[in-house]
Amino acid sequence: MTQVNADLAKSFGLNAEEWGKVLEIMGRTPSLTELGIFSVMWSEHCSYKSSRVWLKELPTKAPWVIHGPGENAGVIDIGEGLAAIFKMESHNHPSFIEPYQGAATGVGGILRDVFTMGARPVANLNALRFGDPKLPVTKRVVDGVVRGIGGYGNCVGVPTVGGEVNFHPAYNGNPLVNAMTVGIAKQDKIFLSAAAGVGNPVVYVGSKTGRDGIHGATMASTEFDAASEDKRPTVQVGDPFTEKLLIEACLELMQTDAIVAIQDMGAAGLTSSSVEMAGKGGVGIELTLDDVPQRETGMTAYEMMLSESQERMLLVLKPERSEMARAIIEKWDLDYAVIGHITDTGRIVVKHKGVVEADIPLAPLSDAAPLYRRPIAETPKPAPLGAVDLSAPLDEALLKLIASPDLCSRRWIFDQYDSSVGGQTVKRPAQADAAIVKLEDTKRALAVTADCTPRYCVADAEQGGAQAVAEAWRNITATGALPLAVTDNMNFGNPEKPEIMGQFASAIKGMAAACKALDFPVVSGNVSLYNETEGRPILPTPAIGAVGVLEDAAQAVGYGLKPGLELVLVGQTKGELGRSLYLREILGREDGAPPVVDLAAERKNGDFVRTQILSGKVTASHDVSDGGVLVAVAEMLLAGEAGAELAAEGDAAFWFGEDQARYVLAVSDANALLTAAREAGIPAQRIGHATATEKLTLPNGIAISLPQLREAHEGFFPQWFA
Amino acid sequence: MKAAILLFPGINRERDMVLAVRQSFGAEPTVVWHKETELPAGTDLVILPGGFSFGDYLRCGAMAAQSPIMRAVKAHAERGGYVLGVCNGFQILTETGLLPGALLRNAGLRFLSMDTMLRVERNDTVFTNKWEKGAVFRAPMAHGDGNYTADEVTLDRLEGENLVAFRYADGNRNGSARDIAGIFAPNLRVLGLMPHPENLVDPLMGGTDGKPLFDALAAA
Amino acid sequence: MKAIVTVMLKNGVLDPQGKAIGHALHNLGFPQVGEVRMGKIIELELAETDAAKAQTAAEDMARKLLANTVIESFKVEIAA
Repeated sequence: MTQVNADLAKSFGLNAEEWGKVLEIMGRTPSLTELGIFSVMWSEHCSYKSSRVWLKELPTKAPWVIHGPGENAGVIDIGEGLAAIFKMESHNHPSFIEPYQGAATGVGGILRDVFTMGARPVANLNALRFGDPKLPVTKRVVDGVVRGIGGYGNCVGVPTVGGEVNFHPAYNGNPLVNAMTVGIAKQDKIFLSAAAGVGNPVVYVGSKTGRDGIHGATMASTEFDAASEDKRPTVQVGDPFTEKLLIEACLELMQTDAIVAIQDMGAAGLTSSSVEMAGKGGVGIELTLDDVPQRETGMTAYEMMLSESQERMLLVLKPERSEMARAIIEKWDLDYAVIGHITDTGRIVVKHKGVVEADIPLAPLSDAAPLYRRPIAETPKPAPLGAVDLSAPLDEALLKLIASPDLCSRRWIFDQYDSSVGGQTVKRPAQADAAIVKLEDTKRALAVTADCTPRYCVADAEQGGAQAVAEAWRNITATGALPLAVTDNMNFGNPEKPEIMGQFASAIKGMAAACKALDFPVVSGNVSLYNETEGRPILPTPAIGAVGVLEDAAQAVGYGLKPGLELVLVGQTKGELGRSLYLREILGREDGAPPVVDLAAERKNGDFVRTQILSGKVTASHDVSDGGVLVAVAEMLLAGEAGAELAAEGDAAFWFGEDQARYVLAVSDANALLTAAREAGIPAQRIGHATATEKLTLPNGIAISLPQLREAHEGFFPQWFA
Repeated sequence: MKAAILLFPGINRERDMVLAVRQSFGAEPTVVWHKETELPAGTDLVILPGGFSFGDYLRCGAMAAQSPIMRAVKAHAERGGYVLGVCNGFQILTETGLLPGALLRNAGLRFLSMDTMLRVERNDTVFTNKWEKGAVFRAPMAHGDGNYTADEVTLDRLEGENLVAFRYADGNRNGSARDIAGIFAPNLRVLGLMPHPENLVDPLMGGTDGKPLFDALAAA
Repeated sequence: MKAIVTVMLKNGVLDPQGKAIGHALHNLGFPQVGEVRMGKIIELELAETDAAKAQTAAEDMARKLLANTVIESFKVEIAA
């Protein structure tokens, strides 16, 4: 029999102080199952104990926000009685251990967070960061993650429509896989997780429970017998087929009035779902584990409570509707089992084989959860960028930049993702700054994007945090859509290090300022800490997922260029090269301050651009970000059917600077646009025009043929995986 | 033309198919659950849409081919009824034996999701009469197992009897024998193809290249 | 008793997975590897005590579902 004591608690991740609190709450030594429940509920993942004090700084309210943070996902009003429900979540560590399954189960988990609230998932996105592409391990991880995202998303029939990918050696032992799902529900059919109704049945639906993903340290420190080989924690394996059945079964059940509360079994499955549902509802819950559908024999209460088997949901049903519910669930060939009921005790009681394995008061379990205001050390502001060698020929620099891993075409990746299933995808990857997905049976569409620039964040997390929000807002704006709200996925190193906590706090500060200035509240999110390998942290990566709305999907614009249009650059260009890709890829430098984020200019320029697009005067539109204006123009050519001749005067800093709040618009009447901009007090200049030729002619007269441009842009991934 | 769209667990393009049929037929198709044993009375056309029936576990389409409704579909086909199978639907039709050959894993072992160009090999069928013979149209493909294979005798027979419906016209990405993207049964009333015409029936979604298929069926 | 059904692609049917495994093994420094073929093994627990009956039943299952005889061949072994 395993001895429950401070040492064991430590191996479960509870420090001495936290162990003391457990003893105080229980008034006795907890059982192994009880210790397991405390350890997962008080883990960083479930309790946000290091990040909560900072997350409170983020704006979360707006008239269109229906449910902000605290539910399974954020919910916003998108008009016509509909709601968009969305969230982004990380699956970083599992994706390094077993890239395919790690990424696949990441997609499965975030899908469940969204459909558990009553939404049909309509779009998946992902934000991925990988290590140095020169390392063989990076190739293995990229291959597995891309296959895993595709394998799961394609099978469940949710289109994967967007995302972003970066490479940096800081992610060598710690890739980031952040998956986002957007779903649509009727506003009067949104389901929450707060349990209610003493005596109501607690119902388990979905796959059977196995020993997947049970806390590794626990097993290693408690079991050394011959059975340990079989009891070793296993990688969670995703079953997208069962997930698809779960989606359809739950959505069908949600058409009835049977459900009181519903929550998916995510991390720490049965524990977190039952504790959170009962806790939020202010009731008690009693579970009889003998009735849990089990995939393996001889499972203990501890194992069942901590299993992270995938594709499972926990429901509280109205008793008089439970047989109808059973019929719907079983029609979809899923397990349906009543495993307990709601009580009025305010406690979670877990019984197995006639023995009470856990009996914990719920209020202290959540109220006394640890909360840390950890010490912070602010990152010193970067030294100003010194002199920069601007002598590289423009054409050579452009070809090198658009061929680099961070800027090259992502076609090899998105060609493995089904982006059209559902029949509502108006703009697919590499057609517009945000993906556009129409809302079936309406004219409306959502614009969705995921953004972050970690190389800015590591230099100045506050500017970087603001920039991530601003770029997401800009990408939605560039399609003509109105940006509405964001979900954040905060990926950082070890919070016990003051400099990491300093990065976190600064990023939040920048994000909060940007969200306020842009009326862009945070409605959901996820925090992933301890992203370090041998003490070396990742780049601070506050990934932002965002959603906007278009009243008429036909008004959406992409960035593909057609001949005859004039190119106008909107926004001020000072030529900011600090932390730019030009600096890194052409000159091998990663220094200086990142570009300044002027939120007032961001707002003003963006509102102007959106008005122009919605008035029908803009044929193509592209935000200017990584790589600057010349890269933006090159991407517009490659996405369209035109060449271009550029005329503006400017050095490499002008063409490759990454100044924010800028857009390149393609219009038939440049003068009208310039006049409108002047009247609005917005800097704008004509930089060239699109031609019917097969070339990009630079201001110095040098021309690059489109096939040459395309070859450079498309080469990296296919060659890497040839 | 009265259409029934079959729904096997794991199918995921049934909504896309409903939209395409609704638009061209001006009538709502019936969606039929795989455990049914009869087709709705008066069904003229049975459509097997795309997806991952039964997770594509074991082999793509293998378990769906054993579903109760497939007996009714076989009887319908034997009576000369129309059957259209797209992607997973095509795989189910080969597993059922309504069409010859099989669909193997793509030659490059990766899922392929992109637009492809298809050439119309004959236009004297109820499926293809709104196209010119030899016309080339765009259709999105999205599959991991679209590598059409059959023994040489079968392939020669398909070509000899002019039963190849569509061929890939812009490169053979999945390794299909003789660039075959779709085939007819000998009575020209059963069609299976891998790419998705139903995903290109609306200019807003990128074009209407796939619409002639549904317009032709609506007019039959 | 247990029936073990081995399903292989028929000779002559292209096996891209086998080919890829062969390539990978060569790259890992196993030059002696020739052709590689990949198949699957399906283990069936049968409520049956007669080996001959088990054999017949499993072969029937293989023909009806477990193998696609257009492209695959199969072999059934009965283990006690």
